[in-house]
Amino acid sequence: MKKCYINGIGCISAQKTFEGGFLDEVEVNTTDVIFSAKNPDYKAFISPGAIRRMAKGVKMGIAASQYALKEANVEIPDAIITGTGMGCLQDSEKFLKAIIDNKEQFLTPTSFIQSTHNTVGAQIALNLQCKGYNFTYVNGAISLESALVDALLQIETREAGTILAGGVDETSGHTLSLYELIGLIKKKDQGPIDVLNPKTPGAVFSEGAGFFVIENQKKSTTYATLEAVGTQNTLQESEVISFIENFLNTNNLKPQDIDAVVLGNNGDVAFDGYYNEAETLFSNTPQVYYKHLCGEYNTATSFGLWTALHILKKQEIPQILQKNQVTKHPINRVLLYNHYRGKDHSLTLLNHADL
Amino acid sequence: MENLKHELKTKIIEALNLEDIAIEDISDDDPLFGDGLGLDSIDALELIVLMDKDYGIKLTDPKEGKTIFQSINTMAAYITEHRSK
Amino acid sequence: MPNKVAITGMGIISSIGNNVEENFHALIKGATGITKTDYLNTIHKDTLKFGEIKLSNQQLDRKLGLQADHRFPRTSLLGAYAAAQAVERAGIKNINEVPTGLISSTSVGGMDKTEEYFYEYFENEAIRRFILSHDAGETSHQIADYLGIKGFVTTISTACSSAANAIMMGARLIKAGKLERVIVGGADALSIFTVNGFNSLMILTDDLNTPFDDHRKGLNLGEAAAYIVLESENQVQKNNKKVLAYLSGYGNANDAFHQTASSENGEGATLAMKKAFEISGLELTDIDYINAHGTATPNNDLSEGRAIQNVFGKKVPVFSSTKPFTGHTLAAAASVEAVYSILAIQNNVVFPNKNFKTPMKEFDLIPQTSLLEKPIHHVLSNSFGFGGNCSTLIFSKS
Repeated sequence: MKKCYINGIGCISAQKTFEGGFLDEVEVNTTDVIFSAKNPDYKAFISPGAIRRMAKGVKMGIAASQYALKEANVEIPDAIITGTGMGCLQDSEKFLKAIIDNKEQFLTPTSFIQSTHNTVGAQIALNLQCKGYNFTYVNGAISLESALVDALLQIETREAGTILAGGVDETSGHTLSLYELIGLIKKKDQGPIDVLNPKTPGAVFSEGAGFFVIENQKKSTTYATLEAVGTQNTLQESEVISFIENFLNTNNLKPQDIDAVVLGNNGDVAFDGYYNEAETLFSNTPQVYYKHLCGEYNTATSFGLWTALHILKKQEIPQILQKNQVTKHPINRVLLYNHYRGKDHSLTLLNHADL
Repeated sequence: MENLKHELKTKIIEALNLEDIAIEDISDDDPLFGDGLGLDSIDALELIVLMDKDYGIKLTDPKEGKTIFQSINTMAAYITEHRSK
Repeated sequence: MPNKVAITGMGIISSIGNNVEENFHALIKGATGITKTDYLNTIHKDTLKFGEIKLSNQQLDRKLGLQADHRFPRTSLLGAYAAAQAVERAGIKNINEVPTGLISSTSVGGMDKTEEYFYEYFENEAIRRFILSHDAGETSHQIADYLGIKGFVTTISTACSSAANAIMMGARLIKAGKLERVIVGGADALSIFTVNGFNSLMILTDDLNTPFDDHRKGLNLGEAAAYIVLESENQVQKNNKKVLAYLSGYGNANDAFHQTASSENGEGATLAMKKAFEISGLELTDIDYINAHGTATPNNDLSEGRAIQNVFGKKVPVFSSTKPFTGHTLAAAASVEAVYSILAIQNNVVFPNKNFKTPMKEFDLIPQTSLLEKPIHHVLSNSFGFGGNCSTLIFSKS
């Protein structure tokens, strides 16, 4: 079976993930319940003719993917696989609002066209003139992981040698105000938000894009190997341990073989219990959390994956990410576990490139 | 007529999000599509709605746009002749 | 051939029938499902025609046996109804007995509820249970829950090629031995959102759609859901399963030409068909029927026709588009047409391309306009979507 190397990363988030470095400067926002991703200079990546129609998600996707390709020294990949939980939300809302407010009259097509879920993948292909395989997965919190499952399959079965895979989600006003109505977003002004010791339901929402160049060969830029990705649509809290154990068994591993576990805690008191369950397997393993830095969105695991890849490459876990005090060296195997409100559970296993 | 042309340029820049283009950059006889402003078929559909919404002109066949939207001059002439508002 | 991909069940609901038999009967009779809308609250209801399923949401609720306070938008109602048929027809009793996945697809998801309650959500607490039903992935979750699936559940959304890509991904997982069984397909309900979107692109006809006709004016939108059950050869042999057909080829490529329009030379479509041939190992002459995408927009039919000529040269197989029966059912279209392709193989029949009168100026391709009986071993089915997304599937006799 062919190995699957991650050779380039581009990540846009609420932190300075786009400029290189590994969280050398961080901003921990404990007051806002919604925050935005930092905008790079998009005009450096997209022509003025194309950029004028693009909402933030498309721009983030193109910039992140170009950055990743450049880092891996790839011009045109064989395949582009995108994950997005909510798709092009800003344009969907814009078009729908125009329909309702203008009673179905005087509608222009641009926002409708841009609202299609595969817009980001399509625009990346158009930009690169990439005529290869182009898929878009839209399945909540496993949208990125579905893209990774596909990428892994492509490499293993030699369907493709170089794949651009990533995830992107943008915030949009109307949808977020609906999420506030049903308590998905934390209430404002309830004091400082502490993701590790949640007292209130809901999460802090944000946005971002993370794209990864996945190839069948090792390069000087290689971060790690992608070993396996497992997902499950739904689980009870009591089933988490067997879900993780089965996944590790399939990969001939035990919990103690894992050198760092990256958990998707988002500070929702109603659902973070799943992570408490998972932790019981990893009490002697360094535990990492990250959503206090990037917020929650369907493809927030792109930030988690960015984090895990840097941990493997740099062999260090910055203090700001440490959930417990355990240290372990060398760091050869990292496991990510994420879910959203008890649904769309995912496990992603990464190995050190030399392993 | 000059007022209408100026108005059209403003509206086109706004409707099509032509951020980097100023009114002065568009000459009355510049081609709007292809080599000139570089507009495309999606922009043509935007202009069709603009004609309907602002001047009461209904174009039912996207192909009609090709001749009408050649330049600011052709657009202004067509609007002057056919406008209902 | 190791790890062949067998199709062991199928289910469908479309404007020409609520199950496989009703759809087949309508296709044979030449009975279209394109009508005025009874359910869609649009200002275009007097000018446009749709491939609408003549069952209200309440009737679908009852058919599915859902509780009154369920959270299913129409896409999930249709999806669950068709997917349950497919599972039943495949003779599956215990769905999680072997690792079983669901790869669904949709373009609108729960948009029907979002557009109905867009502002009302802020006033009316009782309807807020539908807020989370908006997103595409949630419709797949609902279908998976209805079927009782616990496992790999995901959703593909690549506009009008979505279901072809769901079928393709399912086949690849089976071939690689990752899954033993997977339910694949798509569902899309009619919505004001898509009606106005396509209308703003000026590619809807005010009449009946006429694929590959020189005077074609655009498409009719439709709604549907269709799913097929894919199983490994191992499962088929172990359980002595009846195989309806095999999925022998598949390919996806990107036109990389324009966000909505297809290139005039049909490059993406040509690449997709060529890839499908490579996977299948079949010769061009093996194809007995092409179920074309044939949406009846000026752009698609020209691009697709050119692509078919690029691939087949002078020897183009018998082809037809079944969109005049169902309308364009968007993300579900490829799974609807997968069912029709399998029916063509099972019954040795080519379904007519209705409403065709005048050949196109650009080439001499003439679709099959009447029901044709002939031996059919292999069917090639095309589906193309916005964003240059081009997909081809090849189905073969078992």
